[in-house]
Amino acid sequence: MTTPLLEVTGLQTHFHTKAGVVRAVQDVSFSLRKGEILGLVGESGSGKSMTGYSLMGLIDPPGRIVGGSMKLAGQELRGLSAEAMRKLRGNRMAMVFQDPMMTLNPVLRVDTQMIEAITAHAPVNRDAALKRAREALVKVGIPAPDERLRSYPYQFSGGMRQRVAIAIALLNQPDLIIADEPTTALDVTIQGQILYEMQRLASETGAALIWITHDLSVVAGLADRICVMYAGRIVEQGTTEDVLTRPSHPYTQGLLDSVPSRNQRGTKLKQIPGMTPSLLELPPGCPFRERCSRASSECGVNPEPRMVDDTLQDEPHTVRCHHPLRHEVLA
Amino acid sequence: MKKKDKAGESPIRRVLNDYCESWVAIFGALLLGLIIAVAIFAPWISPQNPYDLSQLNFLAGRLEPGAANPDGGIFWLGSDDQGRDMLSAIFYGLRISLSVGIISTVLALVIGLAMGLAAAYLGGRLQTLIMRIIDIQLSFPAILIALILIAVLGQGVGKVIAALVTVQWAYYARTVRGAALAEKDKEYMEAARCLALPSWRIVLYHLLPNCLPPMIVIATVQVAAAIALEATLSFLGLGLPITEPSLGLLISNGYQYLLSGTYWISFFPGVALLLTILSINLVADQLRDVLNPRLQK
Amino acid sequence: MSLIVFVGVYAIGNPIDTLISPQADQMERAKAIAALGLDKPLTEQYLSFLSGIARGDLGDSFAYGTPALKLIFERLPATLELALAATVIGIIFGVPLGLWAGLKPDGVAGRSIMVGSILGFSLPTFWVGLMLIMVFSVMLGWLPSSGRGPTTMLFGVPVSFLSLEGWSYLIMPAINLALFKVALLIRLTRATAREALLQDYVKFARAKGLTNKRVIGVHVLRNIMIPIVTVVGLEFGTVIAFAIVTESVFSWPGMGKLLIDSITMLDRPVIVAYLLVIVSIFIIINLVVDILYSLLDPRVRLVETDK
Repeated sequence: MTTPLLEVTGLQTHFHTKAGVVRAVQDVSFSLRKGEILGLVGESGSGKSMTGYSLMGLIDPPGRIVGGSMKLAGQELRGLSAEAMRKLRGNRMAMVFQDPMMTLNPVLRVDTQMIEAITAHAPVNRDAALKRAREALVKVGIPAPDERLRSYPYQFSGGMRQRVAIAIALLNQPDLIIADEPTTALDVTIQGQILYEMQRLASETGAALIWITHDLSVVAGLADRICVMYAGRIVEQGTTEDVLTRPSHPYTQGLLDSVPSRNQRGTKLKQIPGMTPSLLELPPGCPFRERCSRASSECGVNPEPRMVDDTLQDEPHTVRCHHPLRHEVLA
Repeated sequence: MKKKDKAGESPIRRVLNDYCESWVAIFGALLLGLIIAVAIFAPWISPQNPYDLSQLNFLAGRLEPGAANPDGGIFWLGSDDQGRDMLSAIFYGLRISLSVGIISTVLALVIGLAMGLAAAYLGGRLQTLIMRIIDIQLSFPAILIALILIAVLGQGVGKVIAALVTVQWAYYARTVRGAALAEKDKEYMEAARCLALPSWRIVLYHLLPNCLPPMIVIATVQVAAAIALEATLSFLGLGLPITEPSLGLLISNGYQYLLSGTYWISFFPGVALLLTILSINLVADQLRDVLNPRLQK
Repeated sequence: MSLIVFVGVYAIGNPIDTLISPQADQMERAKAIAALGLDKPLTEQYLSFLSGIARGDLGDSFAYGTPALKLIFERLPATLELALAATVIGIIFGVPLGLWAGLKPDGVAGRSIMVGSILGFSLPTFWVGLMLIMVFSVMLGWLPSSGRGPTTMLFGVPVSFLSLEGWSYLIMPAINLALFKVALLIRLTRATAREALLQDYVKFARAKGLTNKRVIGVHVLRNIMIPIVTVVGLEFGTVIAFAIVTESVFSWPGMGKLLIDSITMLDRPVIVAYLLVIVSIFIIINLVVDILYSLLDPRVRLVETDK
């Protein structure tokens, strides 16, 4: 039993705004092993991006991590000083953002932005850093890297920019990479390429990867394990195969059903009725209650995660539901 | 039709509530109220009428603040070279500074609104012409335009007001045109047009009220700017004539006595001017914050 | 443009009454009028005015008798030096304070800076000048109250900033002139900084593990400098205009003081010369700002040679 690289227990991130408290991340727990790829799936407002930011320590006021623990290779991240956190960011944990247009600073050259990522963590001289940057660009498949280094971000296409962002994330050989919807803003064809690249790089460097997305099909071929999030909570968690072929939470089933390719031609597209609740006015109990066809009075109490015991593997498959789809559930 | 808040709370009440969230803003509003009250009631609360020559005594000239007036009473803020009580002179001066500032702003606002709304509503060549004039005028600093106008028109109250109006109207016109263009395509305007209301009615009763909020802020700031500009002109000797002594003139009167240490003739009118402008700006600043995000939707 | 200026300045107001002593009799008045060319019909005056401009000659000052343009150019360096000094002071104080207020908008320092900025642009410039003179010249006796003092030559142009004594004359009017600018720059810097901090590239820079110093000092600063430099440049013309007031208060021998005197004396050629020079300055400023902008913002620079 290898110790997990990342262990998150009961993470809670709240935003104290004038309009009220937004409970963006509620009691989120999961773990990640070295080299593993985790898919964090959910719609907008489910708290998936906020979970990523919480891990990186990038939550800005009025947001705050108010509870739980996050351990990276045994070291507790919560409560670390700002300087200690800074040393980890971009070094042992890296993040790739959604919109490559704005993540690179438009007025600074690419080499400047890559070199500073290196020199922020180690006293490397400029030439050595430049060399490493160049190698990184080659690794992500950018042609003519020398020319690219001297250019400005606006001269790149969206896909290229995202590759640069990925290259920057890999510069210091992090143990953990968090990718927040990195392909959402790109063309579908480029999406496939980036997906492939990231998978290859992750396995090459042995880094663990958390891939945050709203698109189940993206993580289907990529991830080892999947966490499904809804209204700030993880409602189902397990291996990709378990969650996608034997979903236990009604929401997961709803997500799967709404993928167009799963439908028969000519039949109506299925959708989950209702809308995501506002995180400001969450009703007590299960947040999916309003939209669930299986809801009952029991659902007025928020369900705790329970094991789904339906297959013979040692990977836990948990679900938060009073009426899960799989019948064999350990109480 | 004015847009009302969803919650049923009248916009004015909500604005007032939001405004009072800042201590500084409340202070500014109170100060401004005090100044306006002083200006209005000046003839009744001044110890002396500074422009009634029979009340003046040359021998009481240039006395320090707190010195006794030989004719009774105390020169709280000192006396100027002619024996005038500074406090009274300041009260009367406030009157003039404020009136000139407000009158010129109101006139400029009316003209600016008319031109801006016309440009937005009628469009075409008229709009281009008006906007061109506005662009040229706004690329020059106000003080320069005012000085040239005074140079050309000569001095006098009417001419100073004309200069102040000319300097300001372009700013209003440009802002209201922008707002009007944005509002023009909204649904309520189309509804009004469908009702076949006459153009002037549409513009006046439907378009105008919804363009007003940003104008309120700008107009308030501009009153302060107009007062400051008039004071500067008067100080330079190119503003109001001696028969209508505004605070600027009072300050320039004291200029020559500064080097001999008789500071109060310039100092106190300046403080009054400063407080006036400051309070208006404080109020305007808070109004801007309060009115702004609301009116986005 | 020149027509408007000409008609405005020449046709209205009669300088004769100011320049000729009231005791002069009809004969002398006629002679003076002829000498100043004011007896010719208006159109002829305008034509000779235009041809004069082509030659660089705007006529002689009514009051001084020397070519008006020459007078303006003599005074130009003084005004420019004052305006530049004020602008530099404005940037040195305005940008850091504004940045501070933008980074910590809810702190005590941030809020007091903002209130201070309102005070800054509410203060009547000329009155502050008077108070500065009163405190530093009259009461403390540290600084001279008026004039420019001795100047040193730099490339054939007299300047004050090269000598300490020159500075003692320059410092008060420069600070006075800078006051308004500082207030505006604080507000501008704060607004742009707050906007910049919300951008994704700041989050990404932090995600890379860069120090706060670098994130603010390089990433944010390089971005906000663009609008700030643009505004400062465009406002330079306004600074020169406001210098009119400061020059009057401190008797600084620049173009502004000359303008005021000329207006009072209805010395038209000088007024016209001033206007033309100022308009040219404005045009030059706009050009310079355009160039600066393209230097600072790489997205604008390579428009022609795009890949």
